[in-house]
Amino acid sequence: MEAFVVLLPLFGAMFAMPVGRAFGYRASELLTTGFMLLAAIGAWLVFFDVGLGGGEDRTIPLFTWIGSGAFQAQWAMRIDTLSAVMLVVVNSVSFLVHWYSMGYMKDYGEQPRFFAYLSLFTFAMLTLVTADNFLQLFFGWEGVGLASYLLIGFWFKKKSANDAAIKAFVVNRVGDFGFALGIMCIFYVFGSIDFDTVFGAIAANSEAVPFGQAAGAPIQELTINFLDNDWHALTVIGVLLFIGAMGKSAQFFLHTWLPDAMEGPTPVSALIHAATMVTAGVFLVCRCSVIYEYAPDAAAMVTLVGAVTAFFAATVGLLQDDIKKIVAYSTCSQLGYMFFAAGVGAYDAAMFHLFTHAFFKALLFLGSGAVIIGMHHEQDIKKMGGVRALMPFTHILMVIGTIAITGIGIPGLVLFGAPIGTAGFVSKDMIIEGAFLAGEAGRAFGYFAFTLGLLAAVMTAFYSWRLIFLTFWGPSRAPEAVRKHPHAVPDTMMAPLVPLAIGALAAGVAFYGNFVGDKSESFWNGALYEKAEQHEAPVADHPQADGHGAVDTHAAETSDDSAEGEEEAAEDHGGGHHVPVWVLWSPFFAMVLGTGAAALHYLRGDPLRPGLLRPGGMIYGFLKNKWYFDEIYDFLLVKPAFAFGRFLWKEGDGKTIDGVGPDGIAALVAAGARRIVKIQSGYLYHYAFAMLVGIAVFVTFMLIMAGGGQ
Amino acid sequence: MIEQLHSDQPWLSLLTFAPLIGALSIILRRMMSRTDENGVIVDPKEAAQIDTNARRIALGITSLTFLVSLGVYALYDSSFAGYQLVEEVPWLGGGIKYKMGVDGISILFVLLTTFIMPICILSSWDSIKSRVADYMIAFLVLETLMIGVFCALDLFLFYFFFEGSLIPMFLIIGVWGSKGTKEFAGITMPSRVYAALKFFLFTLLGSLLLLVAMAWMYAEVGTTDIKVLQEFEFGAGAQKWLWLAFFASFAVKMPMWPVHTWLPDAHVQAPTAGSVVLAAILLKMGGYGFLRFSLPMFPIASADFAPLIYALSIVAIIYTSLVALAQEDMKKLIAYSSVAHMGFVTMGIFTGTKQGIEGGLFQMLSHGFISGALFLCVGVVYDRMHTREIAAYGGLVHRMPLYAFLFLFFTLGNVGMPGTSGFVGEILSMVGAFKVNSWIAFFAAFGVILSAAYALRLFRQVMYGELTKEALMAIPDLDRRELGSLGVLMLFALYLGFNPGPALSVFSPAVDLLISNYDAALAGGGR
Repeated sequence: MEAFVVLLPLFGAMFAMPVGRAFGYRASELLTTGFMLLAAIGAWLVFFDVGLGGGEDRTIPLFTWIGSGAFQAQWAMRIDTLSAVMLVVVNSVSFLVHWYSMGYMKDYGEQPRFFAYLSLFTFAMLTLVTADNFLQLFFGWEGVGLASYLLIGFWFKKKSANDAAIKAFVVNRVGDFGFALGIMCIFYVFGSIDFDTVFGAIAANSEAVPFGQAAGAPIQELTINFLDNDWHALTVIGVLLFIGAMGKSAQFFLHTWLPDAMEGPTPVSALIHAATMVTAGVFLVCRCSVIYEYAPDAAAMVTLVGAVTAFFAATVGLLQDDIKKIVAYSTCSQLGYMFFAAGVGAYDAAMFHLFTHAFFKALLFLGSGAVIIGMHHEQDIKKMGGVRALMPFTHILMVIGTIAITGIGIPGLVLFGAPIGTAGFVSKDMIIEGAFLAGEAGRAFGYFAFTLGLLAAVMTAFYSWRLIFLTFWGPSRAPEAVRKHPHAVPDTMMAPLVPLAIGALAAGVAFYGNFVGDKSESFWNGALYEKAEQHEAPVADHPQADGHGAVDTHAAETSDDSAEGEEEAAEDHGGGHHVPVWVLWSPFFAMVLGTGAAALHYLRGDPLRPGLLRPGGMIYGFLKNKWYFDEIYDFLLVKPAFAFGRFLWKEGDGKTIDGVGPDGIAALVAAGARRIVKIQSGYLYHYAFAMLVGIAVFVTFMLIMAGGGQ
Repeated sequence: MIEQLHSDQPWLSLLTFAPLIGALSIILRRMMSRTDENGVIVDPKEAAQIDTNARRIALGITSLTFLVSLGVYALYDSSFAGYQLVEEVPWLGGGIKYKMGVDGISILFVLLTTFIMPICILSSWDSIKSRVADYMIAFLVLETLMIGVFCALDLFLFYFFFEGSLIPMFLIIGVWGSKGTKEFAGITMPSRVYAALKFFLFTLLGSLLLLVAMAWMYAEVGTTDIKVLQEFEFGAGAQKWLWLAFFASFAVKMPMWPVHTWLPDAHVQAPTAGSVVLAAILLKMGGYGFLRFSLPMFPIASADFAPLIYALSIVAIIYTSLVALAQEDMKKLIAYSSVAHMGFVTMGIFTGTKQGIEGGLFQMLSHGFISGALFLCVGVVYDRMHTREIAAYGGLVHRMPLYAFLFLFFTLGNVGMPGTSGFVGEILSMVGAFKVNSWIAFFAAFGVILSAAYALRLFRQVMYGELTKEALMAIPDLDRRELGSLGVLMLFALYLGFNPGPALSVFSPAVDLLISNYDAALAGGGR
């Protein structure tokens, strides 16, 4: 059955186009959406089995993908709680987005191609989350990147869509550069790329001998030479993998593609660029939790980048006018939360936020899509206002999404083992408290993340309510024609939002106990590694040190060891963290502050009047231009790359290599002396190039001479 | 020690010379026609018939050769590490033999050659209009020579095939190449002739050194039997010079930076099928040569010069990728990307690791399908519009959805997308490189970023956007012949992308043997 959960979307992707051609677009829509419904049901069954029911973790091997010596990568399906959570998120949101798209795409045509891409994306994402080795994970990683590229550029007539698609792909490739090196480094150190072997070796601290080295060391202390410096092996691996995660999850420095990706159709933004693909980086870090637990410097980097992203993206979100871009920056910011949670070791909180975020962010995006359709494809919220009267139901759903993301609830109150509040309230508070606790425990950047997380929470509330107030409330600023005749939004677009809204309200309360509360031990069942600091001893003595599958047994055992202590702690605070009251209340106050500021500004007087930041001012310009990242990258990287390529072509290949080579020889034969004159009046870089060639010759010569004596 | 299994039937000779028989039959048919004093056939009807016959014979013979090669592969034992299907007869005397045989390193390149040739003939079906019979003869002779290169187990015989393949290729570029003029050595000549000359000059330079080295080895060992030469231990000093001489020849063929500049010109000027053969097979001879000669015969020199190879490979990967970014001609762009991809091959081979060498081999195989297909793709629009300029296109997806789909697939293969065969070779060669030195892998991985940039830029400018150009309004999509050729290539690239096992398991025994001999030689040489 597990196989169908992964393969049904693939069948959908393969058949969507031919079926569309033979039986019309409706058939291909129904086919892919039907497959997704079955896959989603299957995913929930797996989730109930493995996650909630305590069913056994399992890996279903299919066949060998790449096998070259010790480098062995299988096609396989790894089913544990971590992948089950992802299966549920991916398949549920994907099904709802398929359903929604049946309505959304009506205006645009080309449904079979669109649904084929959506299903292809889903399949790639599923191979990613069910991978049992790094290479299959990389396959899914690149596969979702491809689907994202195709869907961002879906309107391929538009120049901006094509630009955005290429940008997304290339920026992601920068991340993949790190990821690929990470995989190579893992193989170099462990001689394997299987999760079980790698994670087992780390948890058991078994002896690792990197390729070609005479002696190894226990893996947790091992240093390797990377780029001519000696580094802690796990830190190198952790940082390299995280660079990959930064690309896919649009973290600071590699975030620039995500806002542009809004060129894609809105359902795509909801599925790929909010709920699922962009969370792959968080998943990766959580999957590799054992690496980060023993690589504190890498974990510190995760915390730092996550916290900065959460803050940065929120500041930019404050001034965006495009409804989709606001939600995009909000996504970027929320991903930052997930990362710093993982960075401080609160992997369960990170995964919890990933889970709840999928509901409310998909809801916000799909709701925005309904608004855009209703307003005749208008995306500028300054040209909206008063949409509440035209689209009351959409308004209610969007408000639900907003109270979910900003987090409304009662801090400190715990009923039946769960706090009371919207999804974002529960999961975000867990993260902020986790960061505070990490700071208390002396973990790097813990307080830093806590502070930036709170500031970002203020801004989150501000920009989220700003969106609601400017779009739905106040007098309408839309043109007469739009106001009188808003575009009808089909029911197929509204129905899928209802389950998302329910999730946005209730997912936090409903799953609190399992993800982070008292039942979390049995729920995760070792899928997220927890370092048992006080039980260091049994780790090193573990007999199954380097055996296959050691990690599972090991993690289970450490869990047993630490279970008593943790259970005590859990009972003490009703399943929550052990934090001072002011910390407990601080996210709530942050939310109130942000909401209040938004209300003060946008609910009185002219909502478009300048606020604290005057247009034209420096900070305004800085934020409005997204901290000038695009301009800087364009100036420092993109333009020079093209110019340098042209230079190498014309001057390097043309004038120098050919000039000295065939053309030169020929010319020499033809008119010997003339050539010499020409060389002397030549340009500086010709000499530089000749020198480069000369150095190559010289090195060759030296190599011969050096070896000649033997 | 390298073992060898003799064959009681001359299967490899049959395979090698089958295309030549086809070429002879075309020649015979033409000799029977009436010609005037300039050698032009008098009756235009007869001339047309000869052309049609030539096409049919060429397609029939190349297809037959492919079937024979499948038969040979059925006889091939992929678990045996040494040479098999060996044929040996005295030839020129004095230790120079006619000796053929294959092993895990060569057999798949034989298959690649026989597989690509019918596709080349098909792609030239309508697009070649002048001197069709001569063209087909050139291709059939070329096929014989190329198969010979991969089957020869005698150095002299290898040299004969290796250098011989230069001549038909030279003619294909020089006679059936595209238009335009270029000034060279003070003479104005057609640019196709310039490209052919450049191709010739570069390769000749390498060949001469190879010839000298060969003569010296023959004098030293007394035979040119490759197996014997591989088992012979050359002195460390001699190895260096010999290695350099072989390197000069193979580096030009690969081509490696900085002797790559003949390739873009040759590709641009060659007819489509010429480009396909060049990219898919001729470029593989360099990598094959490194594995057949440099590594096994001069292991100590190979290890000593490996840093040089790494440096040149990395420069090739980054430099040519950057140059590819700036290209305005579709074929040139793909040609430069070929140089970059060959950089992964040389890098992988000289790591001397299992993953590196298998990655290099796989990359060569995969590049045969993918870049061959990309050149076919360019040929498709060139046949319709007679221009290769990127700027002349745009929005083709509106008129040619099938073409766009296939082009996208091969673009992704070129970019090294997992799931295509392009990924397997790249990742394995980088894994091998990382084991040796992380810097190499670090720089090579840069190429992965750049390849995405140039390949997607090409795709976008040709395919996407509004269809505004008047000339493109009526452009037809792929016909059945084009669809068939590209479709088959896609199936192979896709299959090997998901399940490279069948190819890797053929490489594996031979690569293991190569590495164990290589390591033993290094250990014996005190390294």
